[in-house]
Amino acid sequence: MQKTVLNEEHRRRGARMVDFGGWEMPLHYGSQIEEHHAVRRDAGMFDVSHMCAVDVRGSDARAFLRRLLANNVDRLQLHGRALYSTMLNEAGGVIDDLIVYHLADNDFRVVINAATAANDLRWMTARRDEWGLAVTIGARREGADALAMIAVQGPQARQKVWQALPECQSASAALKPFFAASVGDHLIASTGYTGEDGYEITLPAAQAVMLWNRLADAGARPCGLGARDTLRLEAGMNLYGQDMDESVSPLDAGLAWTVDLASPRDFVGKAALLARPQQHRFLGLLLLDRGVLRAHQQVESAHGRGEITSGSFSPTLQQSIALARLPLAAAVGDTVQVGVRDRLLAARVVKPCFVRNGSILV
Amino acid sequence: MNIPTDLKYTRSHEWVRLEADGTIRIGITDHAQELLGDLVFIELPEPGRELAAEQEAAVVESVKAAADVYAPLAGSVIENNQALADAPELVNQDAYAAWLFRMRPAAVNDLDSLLDAAAYQEIVAAA
Repeated sequence: MQKTVLNEEHRRRGARMVDFGGWEMPLHYGSQIEEHHAVRRDAGMFDVSHMCAVDVRGSDARAFLRRLLANNVDRLQLHGRALYSTMLNEAGGVIDDLIVYHLADNDFRVVINAATAANDLRWMTARRDEWGLAVTIGARREGADALAMIAVQGPQARQKVWQALPECQSASAALKPFFAASVGDHLIASTGYTGEDGYEITLPAAQAVMLWNRLADAGARPCGLGARDTLRLEAGMNLYGQDMDESVSPLDAGLAWTVDLASPRDFVGKAALLARPQQHRFLGLLLLDRGVLRAHQQVESAHGRGEITSGSFSPTLQQSIALARLPLAAAVGDTVQVGVRDRLLAARVVKPCFVRNGSILV
Repeated sequence: MNIPTDLKYTRSHEWVRLEADGTIRIGITDHAQELLGDLVFIELPEPGRELAAEQEAAVVESVKAAADVYAPLAGSVIENNQALADAPELVNQDAYAAWLFRMRPAAVNDLDSLLDAAAYQEIVAAA
């Protein structure tokens, strides 16, 4: 199993370690729910170094990404601007979801998921070769170039980061959402996966343990993948491999807003999406009965069947919530039935963003 | 590892306490609650239900996963712990105080088939 540079730190702090896409990662450090609340109410930090940072550089870098990604990389004109996108196969299925940062002219940073990284890199390299473009694709995983990533999230996240990295305060304080600033060999981005304010910090792997401990001293609570999952679920954010994969169109996974079908630009999967428009609505469910919604449970609605793609207990709402693929006619406010073991439980259809910046939205 | 010596255990991580009146109290072990993490929902068997040994009796759900709890012996359910309905975290706080349900075993001698603390300790250590 692969390990991040912070592996020993996690063990020292009592983490329960689990296999996540071939990486040994902390699930929690004692209580997943307390870690979740720390992010909603104060500040938590996550080791996300298992995710793979890839440098896409060269005179054709923009042309390459324009054709590779479903979202339009031409939205990235300012240095530091970030964009969420899917990368599709020819059939319009989602190979991965990712964030691309525009670091400088001809210089982009793409952050891809851990479990899909090897496949993504093969795909990207093969497309580059097929299209004959002048682009280098460099995963920052190994040796002296290796990077680590720490996400600090929560209403007090900025203060904790500035306390740990005072030299980054002025550059990061000015960041609008979904931007990044380079400070020395650190990249500070105002991105995240929790629905809270905060930063994602990318830095040389050799410096990660020091930053982690400084952030802990500043009061950022170490949080595991367990809390990361319930936080992103409350925020209505998709998880690759669960809410979408290569067999699912982004249009059926609530990601139409990230797919640019308006511009004349061609990209991999565009023809397939145009030929097969949206088949499902991707919405939230709030369980009205007692129990816990889980992935793969079947949903019965007045308009037909659907399926839960992610479900859990929401520590903020204190009841179970889920993301689900529902029939096109399903609407917010509908009551549906979910098959949980041998019974049907009632749930209400809601917009798929349950919590944002500490506030309950449903 | 917290494994009280006055209890009996199953391979599926239930603990069993024999009461003076010949009934048994059943819960999940400290090891089981630790594996599951924060519990958020518990479904308990209704009193009067007849269970076979190793039949699914209850469900404990953590944030992460759902796990079945099995009847350690054949018998009938006589009571369930209503306090857990609103506070499943009691199991995380003290797994041996937070019992799930009580049964009247069909045959008290069946208790001899369960594991003692030392045998359960070995199973946990080997896992």
